[in-house]
Amino acid sequence: MTPNLHLWLIPILPLIGAAINGLFGKRFTRQITSAVALIFSGAALAWALWVALQFSPAIAPYKEFFASWIRAGDFRADFAFYLDQLSLVMLLVVTGVGFLIHVYSIGYMWEEGGFYRFFCYLNLFMFFMLTLILAANYLQMFIGWEGVGLASYLLIGFWFTKDSAASAGKKAFIVNRIGDFGFLIALFLLIKHFGSLNFDQIFSSIMPMGPETQGSGLLTSIGLLLMVGAAGKSAQIPLYVWLPDAMEGPTPVSALIHAATMVTAGVYMVARSHVIFDRAPGALMVVAIIGTLTAFFAATIGITQTDIKKVLAYSTISQLGYMFLGCGVAAYSAGVFHLMTHAFFKGLLFLAAGSVIHAIGGEQDMRQMGGLRTKIPWTFWTMTAATFAIAGIPPFAGFFSKDEILWQAYSSVHGSWVYWLIGVITAFMTSFYMFRLWFLTFFGEYRGTAESHGHDDHSHAGAPAPHGHGGIHESPRVMLVPLVILAVLSVIGGWVGYHNTFENFLAPVFRAGVTTSAEAGQAAASTESHAEEGARESLLMGISIAAAVGGFFLAWLLYHRRRDLPEKVAHSLGGLYTGVLNKYYIDELYAALFVAPLIRGSSKLLWRGIDQNVIDAGLDNSAEAAREVSDTVRHMQSGNLRSYAGWVAAGAAGVVLYMIWIGIR
Amino acid sequence: MIPLSYYLVLSGILFACGVTGFLIKRNIISIFMSIELMLNGVNLSFVAFAAEWKALSGQIFVFFVMVVAAAEAAVGLAIIISVFRTRETLNVDQVNLLKL
Amino acid sequence: MLHLALFSLFGAICVAGAVNLLVQRHPINSALSLVVVMGSLAGEYLLLGAEFVAAIQVIVYAGAIMVLFIFVIMLLNAGVEEHTQGSRVALLIGVPGMVIGTVLVAWVLVAHSGTQEVALGALPGPPKTIGWLLFHDYLLPFEVTSVLVLIAIMGAVVLAAPARSVQQTKREG
Repeated sequence: MTPNLHLWLIPILPLIGAAINGLFGKRFTRQITSAVALIFSGAALAWALWVALQFSPAIAPYKEFFASWIRAGDFRADFAFYLDQLSLVMLLVVTGVGFLIHVYSIGYMWEEGGFYRFFCYLNLFMFFMLTLILAANYLQMFIGWEGVGLASYLLIGFWFTKDSAASAGKKAFIVNRIGDFGFLIALFLLIKHFGSLNFDQIFSSIMPMGPETQGSGLLTSIGLLLMVGAAGKSAQIPLYVWLPDAMEGPTPVSALIHAATMVTAGVYMVARSHVIFDRAPGALMVVAIIGTLTAFFAATIGITQTDIKKVLAYSTISQLGYMFLGCGVAAYSAGVFHLMTHAFFKGLLFLAAGSVIHAIGGEQDMRQMGGLRTKIPWTFWTMTAATFAIAGIPPFAGFFSKDEILWQAYSSVHGSWVYWLIGVITAFMTSFYMFRLWFLTFFGEYRGTAESHGHDDHSHAGAPAPHGHGGIHESPRVMLVPLVILAVLSVIGGWVGYHNTFENFLAPVFRAGVTTSAEAGQAAASTESHAEEGARESLLMGISIAAAVGGFFLAWLLYHRRRDLPEKVAHSLGGLYTGVLNKYYIDELYAALFVAPLIRGSSKLLWRGIDQNVIDAGLDNSAEAAREVSDTVRHMQSGNLRSYAGWVAAGAAGVVLYMIWIGIR
Repeated sequence: MIPLSYYLVLSGILFACGVTGFLIKRNIISIFMSIELMLNGVNLSFVAFAAEWKALSGQIFVFFVMVVAAAEAAVGLAIIISVFRTRETLNVDQVNLLKL
Repeated sequence: MLHLALFSLFGAICVAGAVNLLVQRHPINSALSLVVVMGSLAGEYLLLGAEFVAAIQVIVYAGAIMVLFIFVIMLLNAGVEEHTQGSRVALLIGVPGMVIGTVLVAWVLVAHSGTQEVALGALPGPPKTIGWLLFHDYLLPFEVTSVLVLIAIMGAVVLAAPARSVQQTKREG
C-alpha cells in the first residue's frame, strides 16, 4: 500500500515561513526572524528526509494530486506532485543545502538591515524551488521556474539602494526572461501536439516515437527550445552574462541560488525531459556543444579574475557546462551526479569565501589577501576540501562526478573524443584557477590592510557592511558549522558513485525513456570486451587525474614559488590577456547589439513616436477637434430669433431638395 | 379655364413673401403678419386643388386651417403683449436673453 | 377670358398687397395691406366656386383676426421699425434658402400639374354639403378644434392679463 507522503507540505512549509517573516518580520527581533526561517526550512528538510525513508523504487513514480487548477476542454493542468528517484535526489540536495545556508546566513547577515526581508526571500526561494522540483507537469514547473527567477532578482538586488546591485538584479531577471520565452514556446508546442503538459501524458505519448533524424522535427524543436530556457536559467552560452553580475547579492545568496540550486534547475529540467531529448539527437548535440563550449569559455575567463566571488561565479558557469555536457551525451545520471557534488563543494566554496570576506572586513580582491591560513584555520581547511573536490582529485567528491561525465562524453553513443578532450583541458584550467585562488588567498604574505586598521571603510559588491571589531577573525560558529558539514559532504559525497551505485539508483528514471533502437545501438557499440573497456576507462581516468594535478602544480609554480611569473606571462600575452580579463567584452557586445538599440528604439520610436505622437496626440487632438467644432457650431445658438428663422428656412429648402432628389431617382 | 399651375404659382408667391417677411422684418407683429400671409398662401393652394379634383375636403381643410390660425393669432398676440410688458420693445433683435 | 382677367386682377392686387406688407416700415401699414391681400384672396376663392370659404375668409380672417392685429398694434403703440442689424444669418442664408425652396416647390408643382385646368366656379355644392361633411365625416377634428379654440381663449386671457402680485390674487379670492 503506497503511503501518503503529503508531498505538498514540503513546498508549503517554507512558504508559510516566508509569509510570516514577510508580513510580520518588521516587528520581530532578529532571533525570532531567524527562528522562524530555520524552523520552516528545517521542517521542510525533516519532511524530505522522512519522505526519503519512505521511498522505495517500488512506489516510484509517486504521484500526488493537490488541487485542480485549469480545466479547459480537454486540457487539464493541476497542482500535483511527482516523486521519483531524480526528484528525490534534487529534493534532498535543495532542502539540505538550503537549510545549511539558512543557518549560515544568520551569522553572515546578522549586522545587516532588512534582516527579515532576507529570510523572507530566502524561504520564498525555497518554496519556488521545491515547487519546481516536485512538479508533476510542466506548467507547475514553470511556476517554480519563474518564481526562482523572481526570488533571485529580489535577493541579488537585496541591497537595492546600491545602483550596481539593482542593475544586476534587473539583468538577471531580464536575461532569465529571454530563456523563459524559449521555454514557453516549448510549452506551447507541447500543448499543441500532445494536448497536455503532464509528464505522464506527454512521456507516454512520446515513448512509442522513434528518434528523429538530425536537426528536424517536432521533438528536436521542443528540445532546442527547452535548452534555450535552460541556457537562461543555468547560465550557459549565450545567456550566462547575468551570473557574474549576480555576485552583487549577499554571499549566501550566491551560494544557494547561483551555485547549488537555482542554476541547476536547467539541468534538472533537461534530465526530466530526457524522454524528449533521447529522441532528438540534434537537440542533444546542441546541448552537449553548448555545455562544452561554456565550460571551456568560462574557465578561461576564470583564470584572470581577481575578485574571489567572480572566480567562483565563472567556475559555476563552467561546472554547469559540464553538467549539460553530461546530459548532452545522454548520460543524465552523470549530469545529476555532478549537480549533487557541485552543490556540496560550490556551496561550500561560496560560503567559505563569504567567511574569508567577513574575516578581513569586506575585502574581495584576492590581490589584497594572502597568508590567511593561519588566521582563519577552520575556513582554510573547509575551503581546501572544497578546492580539492572541484579540481577533481580523488577521493574527493568532484573527482567521481567529473570523471563520470568525461568518461561518458568519450564513450557514450552520442559522445565524441572532442568533447572529452575539451573537457580534460577545462578540467586542467579548473584545477589551475581554483588552486590559484587557494594560493592567493591563504598562502604567502598578507597584502591587505584589515589587520593594521582594525576595520575597513569600503563595502564591496556582495560584502556586508564591515563591522568594527578589529583584526582578522574567524567567523562565528553559526557560520562555521555549515562549512564543516559541507566539507564532510564534499569529501564523501562522491563515494555514492562507486560501483555505479548512484547511476543504478537513477537508472529506472532514465532507462524508461530510452528507445529500443538507441539501446540496441548502445549494445552494438560496446562490442569491445568489458576488460578492454575497463582498461580504457582507467586510462582516461588517469589522464583526468593528471590534468588536475598538473593544474595544481602550475598554480603552485605561478602563485607560490615564482610570484613574479604571472606578471610576465600576462605582459607577453598582451591583448589576449586584456580580452580575457574583460570577459571577452561580451557584456559590451550585448549592450551595443541588443540593449542600446532597444533603449533607443524604445525611447525614440515607442515613446516619442507612438506613445506621444500617435496615442496621446490622437486623444488630445480628437478632444481638441471636438472642442473646436463645438466652438464653431455654438454660434448657431445665438438667441436671435431671426437667425433661427434663417436656419429654419435653409433647412426647409434642404429637406425639399432632398425629397425632390429622392423622387427623381 | 385657367391652368391649375397659375393658382399654384400665386400661392407660391404669397408663401415666399410670407417667408421673406418673416426673415426681414424686425417688428414682432410684422413677423406675425407674415406668418398669416404664409397661411393664406397655403389656403389658396388647398382650395385650388379641391376645385381641381372636385373634392370638398379641401375646403374643410381650409376651414380648419383658419380656425387654427385664429387660435394661434390670439395666443401669439397675447404672448407679444406680455413680452412687450417685460422688455418694453417690439424689436425682435432685442428679445435675446438666450444669447450667450 | 373673363375668368383669366378676373384671376389676374385679383392676383395682382394680392401680390401687390403682399409686397407692400414687406416694404412698409410701420406695422399698421403692413396690417392694412394684409387686409387687402385677404380680400383679394376671397375674390380668388369666389372664382374657384368656394363661396363658403370666401365668406369665412372675409368674416373671420379679415374681419376678426386682422382686427385683432390692429387692436394690438394700437394697444402697444407700435412705432416705425428701428433699423437694427440683428442677424446676418437670416439675410445671408435664410433668404437664399427660402428662394431656392420656393422655386423648387413651385417647379415641382407646376411640372406635375400638367394640363389640368380649373373651370370658373368649379367647386360643387352649396354650403349645405360642407355642413354635412363637417358634422359627419369630420366631426372629430371639428370638436377637437373647438377645444383648441377654448384653450386658446384661456391662454390668451392668462398671458395677456396684467401681472398681479400673489397677495392681490389671494385677496380677490
